Amino acid sequence: MAAEQGKVDPMHQFTIEPLFGTDHWSIAGYSIPFTNSALWMALTAGVLLLFVAGGMKRELVPGRWQMAVEGFTGFIDNLLAANIGPAGKKYVPYIFSLFMFILFANVLGLLPLMLVGVHPFTPTSHFTVTGVLAIMSFAIVLIVGFARHGLHFFSLFVPHGTPWWLLWLIPIIELISFLVRPFSLALRLFVAMMAGHVLLEVLSSFVIGSANSGPLWGSIVGIPSFLLMIAICALELLVAGIQAYVFALLTSLYLNDAENLH
Amino acid sequence: MPQISQLAATYASQIFWMLVFFGFIFFVIGRGMVPKVMATVEARDKQIADDLAAADAARAAAAAEEEAWRQAENARRAEAQALIAKAKADAAAAGEKRLAAAGSVVDSRLAEADARIAAARANALGEIETVASEAASAIVARVAGLSIDAKAAGAAVKEALHG
Repeated sequence: MAAEQGKVDPMHQFTIEPLFGTDHWSIAGYSIPFTNSALWMALTAGVLLLFVAGGMKRELVPGRWQMAVEGFTGFIDNLLAANIGPAGKKYVPYIFSLFMFILFANVLGLLPLMLVGVHPFTPTSHFTVTGVLAIMSFAIVLIVGFARHGLHFFSLFVPHGTPWWLLWLIPIIELISFLVRPFSLALRLFVAMMAGHVLLEVLSSFVIGSANSGPLWGSIVGIPSFLLMIAICALELLVAGIQAYVFALLTSLYLNDAENLH
Repeated sequence: MPQISQLAATYASQIFWMLVFFGFIFFVIGRGMVPKVMATVEARDKQIADDLAAADAARAAAAAEEEAWRQAENARRAEAQALIAKAKADAAAAGEKRLAAAGSVVDSRLAEADARIAAARANALGEIETVASEAASAIVARVAGLSIDAKAAGAAVKEALHG
């Protein structure tokens, strides 16, 4: 382990380890051990289940918890109504699941659980995870688009008002930008989460390293780094929310293309 | 970077568990619970809208009722005033009739009295003529020693009295 050598390895936090001796689990030759990543996905799902279940009292005059849950569903509902229109209502379960999973996974991964000896893990800092979400969103866009518009869906690549002499170029650019969507969705979330965690880890290594080399360096380097960490923790909480929002927003924009074309 | 260095060893596990837990979230929470939460919100919004509509309808009904009451009140007031006017007119007419009746009674009594007075006067005149003719014949008998008959005396008196 890198930490044993007196250094903090900022990448170590992303290591995936099989848990509970499930290394040998496999389906059709693919090894599917229950890893720490899967554990935190499960925790995310569990916390989300508790959160939404707490808002299921269905009271006419809602309590605080019910207000919070209804606030999130209403937020997703408004997002879809604003971007897609009345047809967006049917995507609420998917966008809600997407947004809440990303949000809860991001926030749970930021919790200072190391204080009680648990190493938090952020599934959304792995592009294998964000890639699944992005491909699901992209697949839904393709399925809905072709189901609703058939081959007419390809008119998406020719925006209104394209001059005739650009007709040979614009569709290619539009096609490329369309095909890049799943990658940009997946990479944006994965990079944002990984960068934040690496930054926090690097700054914490500054704090630990400088404090170990004496009070002078500890006060010159360690204290400013620590203050910066506090600020960046707040920033990371913001990023956790913003990335979840961006993912949900872009998915709903892409769904709008599929529902309404241009 | 474990994301890449562990890719070959972990991608199947990552994708599999992601699909398992996201599927759980989507089907249990997204499909199962979120619609109920939203139905609650919708039911509340609907109830609020219904209550507002009911309150609005009640206010409109109250306004209409007040308007109807005001019209009925106006009609009743006009009716009452018509009744008062009619009673006044009736009373005035009845008064006049009684006055007229009393006037005619008074007139007839006056006429009767006048007639009686006239009869009494005629009577009195007749008696005066009789008395005067007797007196005249007595005077003539005393003064001239003539005896004239009553008829002549009467004629002479009548002539003297009436010129």
